Amino acid sequence: MKKNTNNLKEPFVRIVKRDNITIPKVIIVYSVAIVAGLLLCGIICTLFSDKGLFDFFESLFNGAFGSERKLWLLLQDTSLLLGVSMALLPAFKMKFWNLGGNGQILVSCLSAVACMYYLGGKVADSIIIPLMLLASVVSGALWAVIPAIFKAKFNTNESLFTLMMNYIAQGLVALFITIWVKTGSGVLAPIPYGNVPEIGNKYLLPIILFAVITVLMYIYLRFSKHGYEISVVGESINTAKYVGIKVDKVIIRTMILSGAIAGLVGFILAGSINHTVSTASANNMGFTGIMTTWLAAFNPLIVVLTSFFITFISKGMMDVRKTFMFTNDAISNIVVGIIYFIVIVCSFFINYKLVFRKKEKEEIKK
Amino acid sequence: MKNFKKIIAVVLALVMITATFAACGGKEDKKPEADKIKVALICLHGDASTYDKNFIDAFKQACANKGLTADDYTIVTDIPEDTACYDQAADLAETCDLIFADSFGHEEYMIKAAKEFPDVEFCHATGTMAHTEKLANFHNAFANIYEGRYLAGVAAGMKLVELYGDAEGKVSDENAKIGYVGAHPYAEVISGYTSFYLGAKSVVENATMEVRYTNSWYDEAAEKTTALALIDNGCKLISQHADSMGAPTACEEKNIPNVSYNGSTVESCPNTFIVASRINWAPYFEYIIDCVMNDKAIDTDWTGTIETGSVELTAVGTAAAKGTQEKLDEVKAKIKDGSLKIFDCSTFTVEGKPLTSYMADVDTDKDFTPDTEVVETVNGVTFFNESAKRSAPYFNIIIDGITAVK
Repeated sequence: MKKNTNNLKEPFVRIVKRDNITIPKVIIVYSVAIVAGLLLCGIICTLFSDKGLFDFFESLFNGAFGSERKLWLLLQDTSLLLGVSMALLPAFKMKFWNLGGNGQILVSCLSAVACMYYLGGKVADSIIIPLMLLASVVSGALWAVIPAIFKAKFNTNESLFTLMMNYIAQGLVALFITIWVKTGSGVLAPIPYGNVPEIGNKYLLPIILFAVITVLMYIYLRFSKHGYEISVVGESINTAKYVGIKVDKVIIRTMILSGAIAGLVGFILAGSINHTVSTASANNMGFTGIMTTWLAAFNPLIVVLTSFFITFISKGMMDVRKTFMFTNDAISNIVVGIIYFIVIVCSFFINYKLVFRKKEKEEIKK
Repeated sequence: MKNFKKIIAVVLALVMITATFAACGGKEDKKPEADKIKVALICLHGDASTYDKNFIDAFKQACANKGLTADDYTIVTDIPEDTACYDQAADLAETCDLIFADSFGHEEYMIKAAKEFPDVEFCHATGTMAHTEKLANFHNAFANIYEGRYLAGVAAGMKLVELYGDAEGKVSDENAKIGYVGAHPYAEVISGYTSFYLGAKSVVENATMEVRYTNSWYDEAAEKTTALALIDNGCKLISQHADSMGAPTACEEKNIPNVSYNGSTVESCPNTFIVASRINWAPYFEYIIDCVMNDKAIDTDWTGTIETGSVELTAVGTAAAKGTQEKLDEVKAKIKDGSLKIFDCSTFTVEGKPLTSYMADVDTDKDFTPDTEVVETVNGVTFFNESAKRSAPYFNIIIDGITAVK
């Protein structure tokens, strides 16, 4: 083997942090990326169908904004995703990788439905509903705090732990459904008791609730002592210890908060929207919420945008599938994946730039 | 500033491309003819699930037969069994005349939508509530799939005889063990595997069957591991009531014969596929499309049969025993002329005794109270009269010879 004598050899490409990018530029870059991503996706869809690109965009927007009902549903689902994101956000900010959103939502749906199932018809709704709320929030918090305690006391891996809690929650839901549904169909019919009353219309409650929680979360993280402690623990546990922050306490406290908010989402899903529970009740939002929070760089206000964008894409793609006669979700999953990928790559290039090795000629000139 | 110009250039280029495509696409706009109707199908999963694929294919075929083009029908897939189903049905109801949903759990949400849109017809497969809800625009449908299952069972029995039978066609107890991957311990599943078992028993007298549930309607991994566990436990043939390719693939890997459901799996499993029974939904779809086109009322509770073309067997696979097709034709003729009753009480016992009376839960209520006598005697034959009181199956008895592990 020859020894490389040229120690100064520059790599072909280097990654350099950008720190001077302006906000209008960021907006332009993202907009271009999204438009380009959608175009690319549209072209891919047209390859698998005899429909045109125009149909793609028409369906995409029609699916999200096409009627009053669709518009409300778009807002409702955005708010739910926003709620889940708010649950995950403080944990992520603390660099506690809470991958257990699904499980926390599921277990709180289950607790709420258990109240409806066992108390329905025996006790007034005005008693059942507060109990459901309490049960959801407590069980969500419990599901989140178990991994947190293990992390704080024994330094177990929280990603694996929270993931496994998802499976336990799923198993519990399946178990209770087999107990409750005597025919064995595995489908729990909606329960007519303990249904949270509508305010204005049936979509408005989650929208208002999670908007308020978002604002509160922003204030909590930005202006409270707790919020500050979360950022310090996230930046460096040693620094946190040095300045006298009780890291264990912060981890456990924050995860209780995280789980409780996920519990609220579960409460709304069970009490206000579905009135039943299934293993798919969380609609995978626990994982989608990871993306919304990361893309927003853990800023609660920007999460509103990312949640809206992701809900828009998924609603729109439902209609695209109808128009394009895609009878499975494979192509739309590819498409959604591409859009996300482009947006994520984009966020990389906003934070970093590639510097290529200058050609030798130029160097000689110098 | 230089970068900014570049960006502007890219944006403009993209806008141009979009505009070009848009212009191309715009020409294709067609206006639907006035006398045509719009129909929609709501599916729980997509066409990767054998269950839903069966509906999707039949729906497309029925639409084509009735002269409906792709502009006149809509297929929506991956709609969960919760309020999302109602949202979807209500959204479709704004433009469609007829909406069909394919999964049991969709029922409550279809009823909710039916109440809200009285001018739109809502039809639902496998449901149980239409005959008690008494809505003019909500209908249930199912087919006597137990007849098809019985036939499939006959083919299974013949395969066991071919593989393990001695000179007189007797199969040892050890080799007469069949495995069955069930979804949920639900009447539809129990009725299906019991008729399958009775079919096999009509050929192999000492056949036994082990049933294991996955507790999910669609879980490919669980279905596969369950099938493998049954094979490990000494089952010599596998059948399933589950909606994925899990069990057939497991059989192909272990070279164990498989009797499939919902459609032929011969392409993926050429060496082990015997035969599959399926409900052909096309006759029902054509019937309801006809009704809506001609403003006729749809049956509240419709039951398809072999006669209506709703219960079908696929072509037998090359792995099937010799003479299977002939035997199936013979049994099928007996089912058609009524001389063979599938749940003939003289062919099975329950806890050692023949079944003489059974109250089934036909009218769905909260506590699932048994309400209707379903064991009947016609022309001297006492039988469990399945799917006669309502289209969805209600046979939910575990008979002797079958062990069901929950």
